[in-house]
Amino acid sequence: MNNPQLDKNGRLKHLLSIEGLPKDILTQILDTAESFAGVSEREVKKVPLLRGRTVCNLFFENSTRTRTTFEIAAKRLSADVVSLHIGTSSQSKGETMLDTVNNLVAMHADIFVVRHAQSGAAHFIARHVAPHVHVINAGDGRHSHPTQGLLDVFTIRRYKPDMHNLRVAIVGDILHSRVARSEIHALTTLGVPEVRVIAPKTLLPEYVERLGVHVYHDMRQGLKDVDVVMMLRLQNERMNGALLPSAQEYFKCYGLTPDKLALARPDAIVMHPGPMNRGIEIDSAVADGTQSVILPQVTYGIAVRMAVMSMLAGSGE
Amino acid sequence: MKIHIRNPRLIDPRNGIDTQCDLFIAAGRVVGIGNPPVAFHANQTIDADGLIACPGLVDISARLREPGFEYKATLESELKAAVAGGVTSLACPPDTDPVLDEPGLVEMLKYRAKQLNLAHVYPLGALTRRLEGKQLTEMNQLMEAGCVGFSQANAPLTDTQVLRHALQYAATFGLTVWLRPEDAWLARGGVAHDGEVAARLGLPGIPSSAETIALATILTLVEDTGARVHLCRLSTRDGVEMVRQAKARRLPVSCDVAAHQLHLTEHDIGYFETHCHLKPPLRTQRDKEALRTGVADGTVDAVCSDHTPVDDDAKLVPFAESEAGATGLEFLLSLTLKWAQESGIALPAALARVTSEPARLLQIDAGHLSVGAVADICLFDPEHYWKVDPQALLSQGKNTPFLGLELPGKVRWTLVAGQIAHRA
Repeated sequence: MNNPQLDKNGRLKHLLSIEGLPKDILTQILDTAESFAGVSEREVKKVPLLRGRTVCNLFFENSTRTRTTFEIAAKRLSADVVSLHIGTSSQSKGETMLDTVNNLVAMHADIFVVRHAQSGAAHFIARHVAPHVHVINAGDGRHSHPTQGLLDVFTIRRYKPDMHNLRVAIVGDILHSRVARSEIHALTTLGVPEVRVIAPKTLLPEYVERLGVHVYHDMRQGLKDVDVVMMLRLQNERMNGALLPSAQEYFKCYGLTPDKLALARPDAIVMHPGPMNRGIEIDSAVADGTQSVILPQVTYGIAVRMAVMSMLAGSGE
Repeated sequence: MKIHIRNPRLIDPRNGIDTQCDLFIAAGRVVGIGNPPVAFHANQTIDADGLIACPGLVDISARLREPGFEYKATLESELKAAVAGGVTSLACPPDTDPVLDEPGLVEMLKYRAKQLNLAHVYPLGALTRRLEGKQLTEMNQLMEAGCVGFSQANAPLTDTQVLRHALQYAATFGLTVWLRPEDAWLARGGVAHDGEVAARLGLPGIPSSAETIALATILTLVEDTGARVHLCRLSTRDGVEMVRQAKARRLPVSCDVAAHQLHLTEHDIGYFETHCHLKPPLRTQRDKEALRTGVADGTVDAVCSDHTPVDDDAKLVPFAESEAGATGLEFLLSLTLKWAQESGIALPAALARVTSEPARLLQIDAGHLSVGAVADICLFDPEHYWKVDPQALLSQGKNTPFLGLELPGKVRWTLVAGQIAHRA
């Protein structure tokens, strides 16, 4: 099976999922992001790499944060940016997704940033767009959110440069989480020797261990001696029902509190993809504490997205 | 019209015949095997050197999409596809629009099919009105209109009291109830097997227990009511085992699998291939092997196409939003031959699963070639491999997971009631 993300020369053509990306491409993205991290700290925060290109943010599902960081990243690369929230326009008029996309291709968009509620939506668009168009998956259903996975490993690499000597725990709703899947693939591809997932059985997919992770149901055991704690957001609709009895019990068993964090290594860092539910998956004392790198994650997110867009634009020539 | 089929390898599984001999057809029936009847003068001679002649295939599940879904397929397009696939008799499920829950609709469908003069069509009536799982249909009248069994198609029947009553009522008239075992709650929202691939791709899963729990319910009610039940589209290893045990207990049950299930697994979904969005979902290699064993040892009575033509637009969407199903009529023979080759099954035994056995399940006079039998015949070249090209398919549904593959067995001639319905 051809890898739909790479062109015939093995260069990045689309970014659809971390799974299937070779380690050297992952590393290349992170290294490129490293060089862009400096741009954001300059007074003039722009480079002309994408001048004359059009980046189209296609959000079939709402997300303020991801859309904004993609917009900022594209603008810092001097691209023209169009952001469409499709939920409120053509789809509600009955236009198919493919028609929407083809209309935008006809308007000469170069890069599509796609967010969609269905797993596989970005793969689907990538398969059917004109060959010169690049697709970046900004989150598809439960499947993948590759730029989030990348910015997470970028953040880890900044604080813990020796990836080959790390214990990482991902805590929360793994079953429904595209972020968790992306993090797992990114970490295992980069050679992190021990990735743990911590969740109740109702929030874990079948055969999750085949993704190369160790499964824990007891958070205290799972956090023992880890270097990185990656918390996941618990969606409101999952809090009361057949998957979980209540947000309160969830916090009791799987919320990250200072005393649970104390079981991790003393220099462990705490991450969260946002937006946080304080008091449900994470205690404010931890979220705002000295071990939290949650805000730096957001900052690095821009550099990582700049890196991805610049690499895609480069592969088109 | 009198036809002389010269020198085919005749395989008639029901009569245990596998021999090189001529066939003679007159007035729509087989009138001679080996030797012609006296004073037989053929109007046409078919040179069948190198071809196999077997009874026309009997497909126990093919959606024809009429009435109501003509944009997906029409009776004419699908019956042409049937004969192109060597299928001369087929049963169609009741999930049309309107649903086949009234005798008038069934009569109309049978009449329209007869006018086309292609494959014979045997409708399955709806078990409950509008397939809603609440009120029984007029099964007795539907039977008189031509229904050969009663089914919920893919619609759930969650109310076990209604199910029990439906089985009791059907048993009153000796009717067979066709049920696809799937627990509606466990299958809710699912689009793929709840396994490794669904975990990786983030697709909502349907666990194997959705099948086994439903089977346990159905088998218990069969024991309770004595109704005859045909279990449709088994997909799991444990499901096959449950049916094996039920048959050992002499429960009046039979079952089938879809031909594509003998060849595909969850891994064929690859990168969200919507043509592999099927109902029931493709499961694991272990399940596939168990289905193959089940067909070989007779636990699984029949192999069907589960023909479901879907329009292109319904597959050109993200996986979970796509419509489930694969076109199948033109694949049934080839997929059965491929399974037989790969599993080392003798041709007569393999062909029985798509001819005599399904005919027995439908209780129709078809699927055999004795003297006097209706001359529904499939003549195919077992050595010819054909490459799957959607545009070359006669079915209006081009939705196949076998795109680009080379499959064994090319149908050269199809005769329906002694008339040439297809030649290639």
